[in-house]
Amino acid sequence: MSSALILHWSLLAAQAMIAGAMGLAVLRMLRGPRAQDRVLGLDTLNVAAMLMILTFGVRTGSAVYFEAALVIALAGFGATVALSKFLMRGEVIE
Amino acid sequence: MKRIMPYPLMSLALLAIWVLLNNSVTPAVLASGVLLSFLAPLAYGALERPRVIVGNVVSIVRLLAIVLFDITRSNFAVGTIILAGRRRERVSGFVQIPLTMTDPNGLAILAVIITSTPGTLWVQYDSRRQKMLLHVLDLVEPEYWVTLIKDRYERRLMEIFE
Amino acid sequence: MIAETDLPPWAAILVSLCMLGGAAITLIGAIGLMRFKRFYDRVHAPTLGATIGTGLILIGSMICFSVLETRPILHEILIGVFTTITTPVTLILLVRAALYRDRVEKNDVPIDE
Repeated sequence: MSSALILHWSLLAAQAMIAGAMGLAVLRMLRGPRAQDRVLGLDTLNVAAMLMILTFGVRTGSAVYFEAALVIALAGFGATVALSKFLMRGEVIE
Repeated sequence: MKRIMPYPLMSLALLAIWVLLNNSVTPAVLASGVLLSFLAPLAYGALERPRVIVGNVVSIVRLLAIVLFDITRSNFAVGTIILAGRRRERVSGFVQIPLTMTDPNGLAILAVIITSTPGTLWVQYDSRRQKMLLHVLDLVEPEYWVTLIKDRYERRLMEIFE
Repeated sequence: MIAETDLPPWAAILVSLCMLGGAAITLIGAIGLMRFKRFYDRVHAPTLGATIGTGLILIGSMICFSVLETRPILHEILIGVFTTITTPVTLILLVRAALYRDRVEKNDVPIDE
């Protein structure tokens, strides 16, 4: 078995697992039951999406994906902090 | 020297981040990085934050190794709990932990360490009563967690920050 | 189809192991997110993907690009540092918000003295 083939199939398996994790996070977002569960699901989805983009970067060997992953990490952080703040006070900026 | 470079460690960190972000060590990158690492700390100095006094490097490295080891171990512990599902009896709950450390930087690092370790979660800190609230996923006995956090992390953090 | 990366065998195996391990741990964390019954238990689950899961995939990516470009590519460290700082901040804020809501509704949580 050639090295390209090993990498191809293990990347495919890794991406399937991360996709599964994303699916479960979305399910938690939809089911709730409360708002904090949905925010937690969104945060998990963010991390999984960032990892998915990194695996695409390794698959194609292109460094462009790194920036996309960094942006998702940054945006996800801001989103979760703002949502948590909103849950606590009902306002994002007091 | 203090006037030109008020926060030498911060300047160094900024330069490192700049080089990593550009992913190359060409003269142009280095020049712009050095300029950035001179200007940004000046703006930061205007905020008048208290200076961080950091202890010896050896204890920092030792703490880092301990934390990495604990995170890896707890990952497997929590992983087995998740995969075991309902077959295993498990009690989770809150624990009050009295802390002796008062340094805000040390407390911030302690919060990051505890929350980054799967299975334990820093919930809140009461600075007046010097108590923090911890949530533990697999709570066998509260005393174990009190001694773990006080002996394993707090003592070492106090060596570094005080 | 997009061009596939071509690595020497040792690197391909190392990168594959990192990717599979990281993805598996992330998936286990997400399973925990579904399985646990209480909210405060669920918060522990995503930490798996955010620590070792992210760490392994970043290491795999670093090995892959360093071998491809035959020079050290380390900018993945930035994502690692960033997630190490941000994950605790988001989780602590979220749990405090949840605790506040539970206290307002007088649910079974430790009260603020």
